[in-house]
Amino acid sequence: MDSHISTPPALELIGISKSFGPVQANKDISIRVMPGTIHGIIGENGAGKSTLMSILFGFYKADKGDIKINGRHTLIPDSQAAIAAGIGMVFQHFKLVHNFTVLENIILGAEGGMMLSQSLSAARKSLKKLADDYELNVDPDAKIEDLSVGHQQRVEILKALYRKADILILDEPTGVLTPAEADHLFRILDNLRREGKSIILITHKLREIMEATDSCSVMRRGEMVETVKTADSSPAELAELMVGRKVLLEVDKVPAQPGAPILEIENLRHVDEQGVERLKGIDLTIRAGEVLGIAGVAGNGQTQLLEVLGGYAHATGTIRVNGTELDLTGKLSDGQSRRANGIAHVPEDRHHEGLILPFTAWENTAFGYHHDDRYQKGILMSNKAIKQDAQEKIERFDVRPPNPNLAARNFSGGNQQKIVVAREIERNPEVLLIGQPTRGVDIGAIEFIHKQIIELRDKGKAVLLVSVELDEIFALSDRIAVMFDGHITGERLATETNAQELGLLMAGETNTQEAAHG
Amino acid sequence: MDKMPPWADAVLVPVISLLLAAAISSIVILAIGENPIEALNYMIEGALLSSAGWGQVLYYATNYIFTGLAVAVASHARLFNIGGEGQAQLGGLGIAMLCLFIPFPHWTLAFVFAIVAAGLFGAAWAYIPAVLQAKRDSHIVITTIMFNYIAYALLNYMLVNVLRPEGAMEPASGNFPDNIHLPTFQEMFSYGDTILFRSAPANVSFFLAVIACIGIWVLVWRTRLGYELRAFGQSESAAKYAGINPARITIIAMLISGALAGMMALNTTMGYSERLVLNASEGAGFIGIAVALMGRNHPVGIFFAALLFGFLVQGGTELSFWTSIPTELIVVIQALVILFTGALDNMVRMPLVKLFALGKGDR
Repeated sequence: MDSHISTPPALELIGISKSFGPVQANKDISIRVMPGTIHGIIGENGAGKSTLMSILFGFYKADKGDIKINGRHTLIPDSQAAIAAGIGMVFQHFKLVHNFTVLENIILGAEGGMMLSQSLSAARKSLKKLADDYELNVDPDAKIEDLSVGHQQRVEILKALYRKADILILDEPTGVLTPAEADHLFRILDNLRREGKSIILITHKLREIMEATDSCSVMRRGEMVETVKTADSSPAELAELMVGRKVLLEVDKVPAQPGAPILEIENLRHVDEQGVERLKGIDLTIRAGEVLGIAGVAGNGQTQLLEVLGGYAHATGTIRVNGTELDLTGKLSDGQSRRANGIAHVPEDRHHEGLILPFTAWENTAFGYHHDDRYQKGILMSNKAIKQDAQEKIERFDVRPPNPNLAARNFSGGNQQKIVVAREIERNPEVLLIGQPTRGVDIGAIEFIHKQIIELRDKGKAVLLVSVELDEIFALSDRIAVMFDGHITGERLATETNAQELGLLMAGETNTQEAAHG
Repeated sequence: MDKMPPWADAVLVPVISLLLAAAISSIVILAIGENPIEALNYMIEGALLSSAGWGQVLYYATNYIFTGLAVAVASHARLFNIGGEGQAQLGGLGIAMLCLFIPFPHWTLAFVFAIVAAGLFGAAWAYIPAVLQAKRDSHIVITTIMFNYIAYALLNYMLVNVLRPEGAMEPASGNFPDNIHLPTFQEMFSYGDTILFRSAPANVSFFLAVIACIGIWVLVWRTRLGYELRAFGQSESAAKYAGINPARITIIAMLISGALAGMMALNTTMGYSERLVLNASEGAGFIGIAVALMGRNHPVGIFFAALLFGFLVQGGTELSFWTSIPTELIVVIQALVILFTGALDNMVRMPLVKLFALGKGDR
């Protein structure tokens, strides 16, 4: 570090502490970020990363500590001050106006002058330059709602750069991106770094830290555990620092012993509300004791497949569970009937589907199964029975804090997902649908959830796994089917394929033998 | 990290809002050259210091409990039922037709049938906007407002052309039979020579309102339907995932809401006027919105908020009786209470949340 003394750090946090009531979210945290570097901040959900960044961006006021920018003490009482100090923030959930164009979003809050046309044309010029310099191409006149998530994120980055940010903070930027989009993002970040910008990358994905950052700070329970040079570290070391114990990054499992078919899907077709055909004749079979992974870039029909199977989208074709044909359009095509047919579903989006966030944890453990006899007492619901059940699940799945009376929104992402997984797996379903099981979930919980999935498989049940994380698909699946544009472009045994081949299938290439060799 | 103890949320916030509203009201009263303390004295004396005053307060409160619960039930399913007025008037129509055309041997029997009739008519009036919302996505706020006006027109027609006794000059129905007269508080609670609640309109319907509070609490927090209602209200996408039918819940929530609003007419039409008059709902459908807002959609809160609004109406009447403060000023005071307890809720809540956070930090 002594070599850097000549140039002050672009950003220095000294002894930052912040508590919310009795919860100490940040405890005496110090970080230095040098200009022209990418600095990773890694930690499990709830480790205090987001709080720290909120302090830096002026959303919270630190109880103690100093912020120095380019060696100068800087007070950041609000986000305007942060922007003025050259800090730009790209949030996990974008803050864009959906019916505005890219250009309009970029100048929003930085209009300058009475007439819009002036600042719009100025923005158009600088946008063009930024796009050329950093591979940040976005159509300035496209409406946000028509853009892919990856492009929306570029707009957020452009917004920050347009406001002359020198320090760019990205909060879990790849959580919503496809692998290709993520790669593009990292190329952009690399370009920015070369221009001398400083970038703070907040993530819980070890691979991204290893690939993209120069140095990396590990946070655990509000404290800074260690700052390391990325090149001198390893994923295993970082994982251990994050969790505080050794972590199995691979899933421990014996080879599958598939039995009779449990879930059979034939020629499944689904047209969405806009009249677009999202499933164009899907044929799949999952046998007992087998995990079938559906790989694919998000938005190629995986979500619709889960919705049809889970009972909240209509379809044509045939679905059979243990030989019983399911109703796909009528009265018995709802979620209740699917559950009665032995299909459990951990949805892709736990915030909008899997949980009712303002409900307590115990109320959520009955969600979807609230018609179960064991939860009834005459015409009333037996809150006692539900609470007791919730308590057992919380203990068995090690949900923290182990308080069933806490609202679901007050749990961290990993613990929320544990609540959903516990609810669905504990009923011992014939078929488990599980979408993005570990999105926004910390490493400790990932390990646990993966183990539960394999355990269910080993009980002779069928598991349909949808994930955009190829690593996860490989870690869990026995067979992998790839979806592209509403079709299955190929099915492979997990042991007989590789990321390259799947990548081709994900791009719609069906003739992978030749392409892979050619 | 939890914001405030529940008691502060339920009691402290409304009380402080109320004090603020009172303070501003005092300034307004001062501005027109009257004495606010004297005014408050008149209000309290007229509304709370005699059983007759209480009889008035409880009569109004009964209306507001019903309409407040109606708004609350819909609100739990994230539906904004502004149609309480129309539903209450239809409830009155149901009661009038029942009481006028069917002879009952005793008031108890008539009361039971009237509950059903008021509920059915109110629910039916809410059913159409509900179906339009559930199946056609027509916004419930717009349709329920429209249905209020349709209800006025319908009542007008019925009272002028159908129910008005021959030769009567007034757009009102004939009197209900004497034998189905509902017991008033005066009849129920006076003993010996002591007459309580003298000529106050409060009647047996008040107890039905209290039962409705308990029933709605059980329904919302202790039954499967209430669970689905709340789940749907918090997240429609999650409700779909769980297999809760959005159209079904929308319609059921509005039926219950409409039935409650309709039952308000038991108090006004059967309990008090004992005939159907024009505009029998007395604006209670709208005040119900404020009551539900102030009561946080919880029956206990609604009960107390209804009492407060009952006090304001009765106290206001007294005020215009004894002082030169014009009746319009009462509306100003009521509006201030609604403004502070409803619209400006966060203005009081935020500083309190901060205060409590500070208190915790010191420990």
